[in-house]
Amino acid sequence: MESDTKTFLLILRGGSTRRDMSPTDYGRVVRKYMDWVESLKTSGHYKAGEPLEEDGKVLSGRQPTLITDGPFAESKETVGGYFMITARDLDEASEVARGCPIFENDGTVEVRQIAIIPRPEA
Amino acid sequence: MSEKEPNQLVDNFFRLEAGRMVSTLTRIFGLDNIDLAEDVVQDAMVKALQQWSYGSIPANPSGWIMQVARNRALDILRRQTSFQKKEGEISRSIETQLRSPAEFEQCFAETEIRDDQLRMIFACCHPSLSRESQVALTLKTLCGLGVAEIARSFLTSEDAVAKRLVRAKQRLREARVPFEIPAGAALAARLDSVLQVLYLLFNEGYNASQGQELIRWDLSTEAIRLSELLLEHPAGNTPASNALQALMLFQASRFTARVGDDGGLLLLDEQDRSRWNRAMIEWGTYFLEQSAAGEELSAFHLQAGIAACHSLAESYESTDWDTILSLYDLLIEIDPSPVAALNRAVALAKVQGAGAGLQAVAEIQNKKQIGSYYLLHAVLAEFNLELGNLHRASEHLSKALELTNAESEQAFLSRKLKRCENQIAQSGLRQRLA
Repeated sequence: MESDTKTFLLILRGGSTRRDMSPTDYGRVVRKYMDWVESLKTSGHYKAGEPLEEDGKVLSGRQPTLITDGPFAESKETVGGYFMITARDLDEASEVARGCPIFENDGTVEVRQIAIIPRPEA
Repeated sequence: MSEKEPNQLVDNFFRLEAGRMVSTLTRIFGLDNIDLAEDVVQDAMVKALQQWSYGSIPANPSGWIMQVARNRALDILRRQTSFQKKEGEISRSIETQLRSPAEFEQCFAETEIRDDQLRMIFACCHPSLSRESQVALTLKTLCGLGVAEIARSFLTSEDAVAKRLVRAKQRLREARVPFEIPAGAALAARLDSVLQVLYLLFNEGYNASQGQELIRWDLSTEAIRLSELLLEHPAGNTPASNALQALMLFQASRFTARVGDDGGLLLLDEQDRSRWNRAMIEWGTYFLEQSAAGEELSAFHLQAGIAACHSLAESYESTDWDTILSLYDLLIEIDPSPVAALNRAVALAKVQGAGAGLQAVAEIQNKKQIGSYYLLHAVLAEFNLELGNLHRASEHLSKALELTNAESEQAFLSRKLKRCENQIAQSGLRQRLA
């Protein structure tokens, strides 16, 4: 990988729970993701991608206090999974993210660069 | 076409799994609770979509998604049981399901899943439902089609389909229809209704009267798939169901050959017979032989016999029209419908000429019923063309064009009409020059 490429995290939220979809629609959406991931691999952007389980816990406060069993009550905000991609800059990474099929189902993608922290000299 | 196949595989995967899951879950929750079964299936598909979208699909997708549905079903049963325990009443079916984990697991055995689909077919074709409802419910529960897709394939509104489905489920509840393969005398009547529904599905796909190409093709392949399911079970394996399967396979063998390079429809005499699907014809022949066991001679037998004559003819010219005509003669005795009589008229014209064909059409009883059937006019146009009545032919072609919604048929008829009009123009020119 060229030295001037950076790594980005794509955080996917929502986008899978439209209730009026037919089984064939589900098949089509899954295929779109498969095609998209394949295109990321072909173009060399793809590094990793994984879904998250639905269940989780959110801890917060000083104790810390357990506040909820689910990540969020609002499914629109739930993180469904992530992709790691490489790109030259935030613009290119966003351009790559734009192809994500999640937008067809009202989901969102947050694009964040993984910070580069210079290592101390050995 | 070949590029599309893996895609359709993914598309169809969810549809086929949905059919399997809904049937099995309906067995677990009871026929009163198809909605609950459908909800669980929806949940399982949401989860699959959510988890499979990141580049890796489980090694056994079918097992994975059924497992998700299984777990959800178990959750729901436990919740219902603890609720009902408090209320002091546990429904019998749920009690049975939960009596032992082994019994619950048994529901997910491959043979049970297959039989559940069969139970579902018989439930969908229960006599308390209208034919339209039977078809809609079959498409929804067994073929995994959505309301929008059913509406599109039958050219009706989504609202109408949704209402029809709600009413159908309500009817099944009211009639207390058991979720089982009928036995004894009830079996024969119900099986007949199942075969009618399957043939209707097949024809809707085959005749391409409306809707999108892909869905229509699916309807025909679905009819064949469900019929296969039926034939695998002793209760469904009758001479008539074998005959139906033969008929559908003979017709389906010509699917790709029926469409020309321009997407237009090609008739039997225009088709490249090397493009007919030989395997389907061989299977069709096999099922036709199977159908000969026993005394029964159904309309499906005769139609399959006619289809076989076409499939086995090496060229259009060598078609055995005499045999076809004699099969039609028998068919119109069993099936006195004007459509059957119209088809017989075509065969008669092949044997005795277009004049005899016209005469036979004129003698069709209840012709009013098919007055707005585009094929009546297409056939009349054909006879008149042969007899040189170009103006008559052109009138019937225009009428036929008005009456069909399918693009492929419209293209075919337009082509014919144009040729006919050219001939009229040329003969006019000749007359003026003479």
